[in-house]
Amino acid sequence: MSEKKKDELLNDHNHDGIDRRGFLKCMAWAGTGAFCVMKGGVLNSYSMSRISEISTADMMGELSFVQISDSHMGFNKPANPDVAGTLKAAVDKINGLTAVPEFMLHTGDISHLSKPEEFDTVDQILKGAKPKDVFYVPGEHDVLNDDGKQFLERYGKGSKGAGWYSFDKKGTHFMGLVNVMNLKAGGLGTLGHEQLEWMEDDVKHLKHSTPIVVFAHIPLWSVYPEWGWGTDDSAQALAYLKKFGSVTVLNGHIHQTMQKVEGNVTFHTAASTAFPQPQPGKADSPGPMKVPAEQLRSVLGITDVNYVQGQHALAVVDSSLA
Amino acid sequence: MRRSVFITGLAAALVLGMGVFGTGRKGSVTSAQEKTSTMEVKIDNFSFGPVTLTVPVGTTVTWTNRDDIPHTVVSTDDPKTFKSKVLDTDEKFSFTLSKAGTYPYFCSIHPKMTGKVIVQ
Repeated sequence: MSEKKKDELLNDHNHDGIDRRGFLKCMAWAGTGAFCVMKGGVLNSYSMSRISEISTADMMGELSFVQISDSHMGFNKPANPDVAGTLKAAVDKINGLTAVPEFMLHTGDISHLSKPEEFDTVDQILKGAKPKDVFYVPGEHDVLNDDGKQFLERYGKGSKGAGWYSFDKKGTHFMGLVNVMNLKAGGLGTLGHEQLEWMEDDVKHLKHSTPIVVFAHIPLWSVYPEWGWGTDDSAQALAYLKKFGSVTVLNGHIHQTMQKVEGNVTFHTAASTAFPQPQPGKADSPGPMKVPAEQLRSVLGITDVNYVQGQHALAVVDSSLA
Repeated sequence: MRRSVFITGLAAALVLGMGVFGTGRKGSVTSAQEKTSTMEVKIDNFSFGPVTLTVPVGTTVTWTNRDDIPHTVVSTDDPKTFKSKVLDTDEKFSFTLSKAGTYPYFCSIHPKMTGKVIVQ
């Protein structure tokens, strides 16, 4: 029960009809989208249908960026025979946002089979996006056959180890982590000792008031370990971030939006731009979920994130491609 | 692209089949001791079937990926006895186990997927 309570929100500040019990369910409901503002560790949520009622000031922060995930370029099965088309639709969505995002994060599974032409296609499509900078972390599909060598050559310039790195934008500290390498039989995602040591050192000198954004492919919280949806040593990583007032963790991998708040940390997973996956335990396996063609774009999407300085607010908005 | 890979897989299976039939025709060339048999492991719904396979020494085990998502077949020992490249849908990986022992293995992309081959 106490574990469950941690997942729940304290108040329905904005009277959007999403009560504390219904909130998680709503967030997990792929395709509906939600707008979230975190203030002092409390998350307020708005359903996308009422987004016009939110003031522009709340939506336009001093820093805005967009997260895309799981493009799976090269996938060509019935769940989505045109993943290039839906990635282009994601780019159109990004280009249509009111505030042009400063950059993009891609949380992995750029390619389906780590083929050079798959990465090339994604690079070409993303060139059409207004934000020019893209920060990548690998998914397990990006490091097949070569232990991530190609990924590092393409996207890992200046990174450490298997491709982890950090950077600062307008007072927010971003950390790109790699949890898809050296996976152990029977286990989940892994950060590994070397990366954890780097993390501890990387945040040591930051002020506690510095907002932290961590992004990695596999969720850094236990979404559904039975399907491998979690990271074995994420608790250690999060322990290094305990002192910070605002921590946002952005992941992909599970091809659906989900959110959880635990103390100072907001966890968020993004939709895929390629194909949806079933809700945890709602199918025999986490394989691609087939939906009628006309519904496909409603279960794919992008995530837009705004940070409003001085308000300790980070707003996470999921939009479907429909 | 995928079609050509699939055809290669089929061709390999045919060659394998011919090899097995061939032992009959070329009995004088292949001694009984070198005779091999083939056992199949199917990958369905993110699991290996059968999870545990018991085979005699010298058996060639062939794994077939029947999922929409790629998988691998990698033994957990060090150094690794066998390690497949990534297997897309309908692709196969074969390995001949010539020494007795227990060989646990997993999918290095989805490590929750585990299985083992007991060679005796």
